[in-house]
Formats: sequence, C-alpha cells, structure tokens
Amino acid sequence: MEYRYFQPEIETMDREQMRKLQGQKLHELVEWTYARVEHYRKKMDAIGVKPDDIQTIGDIAKLPFTTKADLRDTYPTGMFAVPNTEMERIHASSGTTGNPTVVGYTKGDIESWSESVARCLVGAGATKDSVLQVSYGYGLFTGGLGLHYGGEYLGATVIPTSTGNTARQIRLMKDLGTTHLACTPSYALYLAEAIEEAGLSMEQFKLTDGVFGGEPWTLNMRREIERRLHIKAHDIYGLSEISGPGVSCECDAQMGLHVQEDHFYPEIIDPETGEVLPPGEKGELVFTTLSKRGLPLIRYRTRDITRLLYDRCQCGRTTVRMEKPDGRSDDMLIIRGVNVFPSQIESALLEIGEVNPYYMLTVDRVNNLDTLDIDVEMSESMFSDEVRRVEDIEKKIRQKIESTIGISAKIHLVEQKSLKRTEGKASRVIDKRHLT
Amino acid sequence: MFIQQLSVFVENRPGRLVDVLEVLAAEGLDLNGLSVADTTDFGILRLILSDPARGEKVLKEKGFIVKCTEVLAVDVHDSPGGLLFAIKAMSSVGISVEYMYAFGTKLSNHAMVILKTDDNVKAANTLKESNVDVLSAIEVQQRLKKV
Repeated sequence: MEYRYFQPEIETMDREQMRKLQGQKLHELVEWTYARVEHYRKKMDAIGVKPDDIQTIGDIAKLPFTTKADLRDTYPTGMFAVPNTEMERIHASSGTTGNPTVVGYTKGDIESWSESVARCLVGAGATKDSVLQVSYGYGLFTGGLGLHYGGEYLGATVIPTSTGNTARQIRLMKDLGTTHLACTPSYALYLAEAIEEAGLSMEQFKLTDGVFGGEPWTLNMRREIERRLHIKAHDIYGLSEISGPGVSCECDAQMGLHVQEDHFYPEIIDPETGEVLPPGEKGELVFTTLSKRGLPLIRYRTRDITRLLYDRCQCGRTTVRMEKPDGRSDDMLIIRGVNVFPSQIESALLEIGEVNPYYMLTVDRVNNLDTLDIDVEMSESMFSDEVRRVEDIEKKIRQKIESTIGISAKIHLVEQKSLKRTEGKASRVIDKRHLT
Repeated sequence: MFIQQLSVFVENRPGRLVDVLEVLAAEGLDLNGLSVADTTDFGILRLILSDPARGEKVLKEKGFIVKCTEVLAVDVHDSPGGLLFAIKAMSSVGISVEYMYAFGTKLSNHAMVILKTDDNVKAANTLKESNVDVLSAIEVQQRLKKV
C-alpha cells in the first residue's frame, strides 16, 4: 500500500527535530500571549513564571492549565490576543451556563487550521483531484466550515451540502462523483440507509473514504458504515476551543488519530492532580495551540480521556497518535453533535420557576439518531385538574430546554420524589449509547 | 353551590391507581365518583369523596400531588335529552365545558353530572335559571345514601 502525505517534512519529521520545533513555537506562543492577554499574564505572574523560562517543550509543565471556565469567565472576547478587527472569523459553541464559548481566528489561524484539515484529508486518501462532500452543519459549529476550508486548501473540489435534504445529498453524491464524505457518523449511517431505500447500489457511486467525527461512535458503527457505504471510515477529532475538526485524524492504517502536533501540542495528565503522565498512560488530554495567534490557548484541558501512542505508524508518519477518546473527566454529553451539560438542563428548569430541579436524562440512539428524553418531576404549582394546562407546562419546559441546549428533547412528567436523590454528585444521566 | 373535587397526578405505570385507592380505603374514605383523564405519560385522577379535606391530607402525606378544585354537581333527569337541556342552557350563553363525567345515584331516574366550566359562577346561575338543580355537597351525599 502506498501512503501519501500533504506535508512530508512535518508529518514524517524526526521526533527530536519535532520536539525542537515545538519548543521554539511554544516559546514564541508564550511570549505573544503573555504580552497580549491579561488573563494569562496574571496567571503566570501568580506562579512566578516568565516567558523566558519557557525555552524547550519540556518547560511546558511549568505553565498553568486553561479550562472552559477561563473562557466563560472572560466572555465574550477577554482571552483574545488581538483586537476583534484582526479576527478573520468567529465561531461559537454552547456554554455551560448560557454563555456561549466564543472562539476567534486570525487569517493565519484559519490557514494553520486549514492546513491541519488538509493533512487529515490526505491521510484519508484524498488528493487535489478528490471531490469532498461536506455534510456537516455550516455556521457557528466548526464542522462545516472547518472541513470546507481544509478541502479547498488541499485543492480538492468541495461540495458544501451542509446537513439535511438527504435525497439531494445522495443525488449530488452520485451525479458529481463524490469521493470523500465528511459528516457525523450517525448521519453517514442515515445516508447509507437512505441510499438502500432508494434502491441504489454503491457501485453507482465513487465514494472511497469518509472522515467522521463530532460525536462519539463505536467500532461497531465504523464497521457498519464501512460495510454499507463500501468505504474506509476515518475518525477525525477536534474541538472549537483548539480550532475545530482536524486537530487529529486517522490515516489508512486506522491505528489511532495522528495529531497535527506542530500546531497542537498534546499532553496526557491525571485529571485529579494535574500531573503529566508517562507516555502511553491513559488520562485527560490537554492541548496547547502552538500556532494560534487570535485565541492562543495554553494547556487547555479538553476533559477527553485517552492515551497517546508514540511508536511509528505503519503509514510512515512520525507524528504522535491519540486513541479514540473513551470517556470524559466531566459530565459533558455529545448529543447529535451538540455539547450538552446536565447543569444546563438544571438551570433551564430553575428559570421556569415553578418546576423542581429534579430531572433524569436518558440518551439513546434509535435508528442511528441520538434521542434525548428528560424526566421532570411534577410539582404542586405545576399541577392542574385540567390536562390542557399540564400539557402547556410540558410544552413550556420543552421549549425552554430546546432554546437552552439547542437540540430537541422529549419531556416526561413524573411523580414527585420518584427520581433518585443522592448526596453530593447526583447521577442524572443514563447514556444507553455505550451499552452496545 | 360548588363541591370539592380532588385531582391526583398519576404516572402511567402499573400499580399507581392501586396505590391511590389503597390510601383512600385505608382511611375509610368513601369514593362517590371518579374519572381519569389520561395522556401517554400521565393521568389525572379526579375524585369526588365523602370527605375531600381528609382525602387531600392523607394523599399528600403519602407523597401524591393533589389539587382541590371547585366543580359543579348537577342533577340530571335520567331520560333521553336530560343532559342535553343542561348543556344547551350553558352553551347558549357562551360557557364552555372543560371536562365532565357522570355517575348514578340512589334516587331513581336521577343521575349526577360533575362539570368544570370556564366560568363556574355563571354556569351555576344559568343552570338555576333554567330550573336545573345544582347540588350542594350535603345534597350530593344525601343522594348517594341508601334509601
């Protein structure tokens, strides 16, 4: 099998050289950030670390961590290192307490992000002659535009179908000879089903590979997608704080996701102590955005649990690989590609006023689409002898939750005290998606 | 003019109705009449009891969500068109019925209809003007006693 690279000088760089490059870039990043972001300057001053203390990549352990709370507390643009006018683009994702997480990109940031995505696409077998259909949502979500710009950067032909209108998606895929598909894994399965239902055969398509991400998926799902679409399904990873999709992606070997580590430096830490763990151990994934200048993040805690693999991949790339994350160190759920924190549901219920903040979330996957069911305890002030009034309350809760978390949920009113009360951290989530 | 009705929130799962009825039986509360309004997830059990205040207290103690509402108890002659007359009288003055249910009494040829309207005061006056008997709580109990 022949492997191709987009930038072989980086992707197959000698490990020593890579660490040297990362050290230089880290020093520049810290200098840039210390001078421009008050939040970081204060954090570093508090522990007595100056930019000059950071000379090699090993010095990174001296630097403080960044969390989502830092972004939330400095909402909207307090962590930006350049004036808003210098930003070429701004994305936003839902936050834990109603404040969205706002991320800005300079012209250079868009370029390094696009470069990362282009490397991922080449790892998934794409060339400038490929036809990439982007069926991720376009908009504030980084999926659509991230893959779009990466595809263009590579020189491929991009079809920005975005989500929805499945019949047209399939028609264009067939008639325009799409070779690469980018979407959520559940949408890929949905497309496979629709293709079968339409009585079409994969022989009529030119599809060879897909890059799928934005939500958790299992090896079973991968096998299912590959079998039904006759393609190789590559896992792509990213988060908007760090840039978006393309932070890492699987090559044809499918032995872990190659991290674009000249742009995003990964570490694995113990989520309890913050201590950096030895290579190969499982822990929380932390990223430092070595190339970003708009919203540089130092040691950003992703809350994803995984391990890093440093041995050379059979594809010839020397870049470190991460395993598919298999958990979170917080309670965030990814439902239909949207990040949902149980605390958002709680604050939505409290805002309605007459509702008890007792709830239970049940997440499942039915016909390849995530479902969210929420049990809410009935309270005396909500109750009425008239069905219509109780249903009005149910509707009010549904609308409030939908506008808070951005996805629809089915509400079930249950009797009071029927939901478990526990001291301390209550388990309010049943995620049935991981059981199979 | 009005009588007290208890509404109880019950989830749609087996055994919940039994739980409510057991509480009432253990207290020796007489169940005069009832109806269930149900949706896919839950039901509203509406009860006419011999002693609604005590019923409300014991059900709440057992953790049920209970609401006490004023409704109309109307005496209807048990013959064709008996109910029609009462409903027509109300609709002619624009009163709409939220819900209603009926049960028999010990008085022969008389049935009792429980009504909740969007304007109970207006409904009671309209019915009285049309010579329909609107029963008090005492009258309800009398009609349910064995003769």
